[in-house]
Amino acid sequence: MSFVGFDEVGARSPSGAAILEGFSLEVREGEAMALIGPSGSGKTTALKLVNALRLPSAGAVRVAGRATTEWDPIALRRGTGYVIQEVGLFPHMTVVENVALGPTLAGWEDARVDARCEEMLELVGLPRPAYGLRYPHELSGGQRQRVGVARALAADPPLVLLDEPFGALDPVTRWALQGEFRALQQRLRKTALFVTHDLREATRVADRVAVVDRGRVVVCLGAAEVAASDLPVLRALKEASGL
Amino acid sequence: MMAEIAQATAQHVVLVVVSVALATALAVPVGILLTRRPAWQRLVLGVANVVQTIPSLALFGLLIPLPFFGIGTRTALVALTLYAILPILRNTVVGIAGVDPAIREAAVGMGMTSAQLLRRVELPLATSVILAGVRTATVIGVGLATIAAPIGAGGLGVLVFSGLASLDNRRLLAGAIPAALLALLADALIGGVERRLRWPR
Repeated sequence: MSFVGFDEVGARSPSGAAILEGFSLEVREGEAMALIGPSGSGKTTALKLVNALRLPSAGAVRVAGRATTEWDPIALRRGTGYVIQEVGLFPHMTVVENVALGPTLAGWEDARVDARCEEMLELVGLPRPAYGLRYPHELSGGQRQRVGVARALAADPPLVLLDEPFGALDPVTRWALQGEFRALQQRLRKTALFVTHDLREATRVADRVAVVDRGRVVVCLGAAEVAASDLPVLRALKEASGL
Repeated sequence: MMAEIAQATAQHVVLVVVSVALATALAVPVGILLTRRPAWQRLVLGVANVVQTIPSLALFGLLIPLPFFGIGTRTALVALTLYAILPILRNTVVGIAGVDPAIREAAVGMGMTSAQLLRRVELPLATSVILAGVRTATVIGVGLATIAAPIGAGGLGVLVFSGLASLDNRRLLAGAIPAALLALLADALIGGVERRLRWPR
């Protein structure tokens, strides 16, 4: 069953230039889908359409069967985890305060928020006694990204959006976090939509890979089929990722 | 003489503190509103800028003939408040507008309402910039309050001006030195708080 659906979606920049045109994609419930493509292909815009940070200029984006234009945007976003590259942590809040934010906004009671923070920080390998009271600038890039993932999952959303979450990390940390994220996603059965420009990363974290080029999905195939495929659109991506 | 200095200093401090507090109470909410209505920014900041540009003695001169004002502390307070508005207003707008767009987007993406975004993210991150405006306004205010003595506002300017009129250097310095120290002290104190509230990226 499809949890996120794009039906012939169009999106325009403020100046009116087309960013997406005829963009169609179905993401099944519990599936991890990677959007891959060159800079400017529209992958980030597609992601922002899902949590209504942007609205489509044509077509419709459906989440849990309802168009984003019909959702209350606040409710939609509270049910959707959102991880962006590094900068997304709030610099004036401690690790615990960052993680607690989603559940607090959702109106959980204090004891439950507290227990949840403990659990999430444990889950991403940053135990609360050692890391909870630190500020983001006191953490390494990899640790910050773990906090970002913990924060996005804290309110237990069924859907998680990730925009190049590991882009700013060194290769070793990046490799480790990809594996951890994949294990976490499978264990918690979250539907995940993952933007990356690295094909190796896409095949590592996702069940399926959608190649985006010039505002549309040109091909969507299983992560396991990528290596064997000799589609021309994949050739440059494979070379760039060393696959 | 010491008692006179102490009394003048106290008056001076009250003039500055009350006017800066009034200006803050006015400028911060208006500044927040301007970040929500960017189209109004040019007009409102322009008006505040014009007020700031009027020479202080000229502003006193313009206010005194008006009904309600006249000679006295009230006129001085209004003029000092008007001068304190621009730095605080401008820094409120700049501080909030200067919040990293990625941070703002993360907050909105988490499902914060506009009010939550302001209270939980924008204001805390803008506080040090807003305080820098308060600091500027306070330092300017200490200086301007000295000039407010001739219109009957009291304060350390009374000693300065009477010292000038009677060619009494001791009296002149009894007003000038505390006024200078007051400005330096305010600058250091508010600057200290400001640095503690500045968040590293």
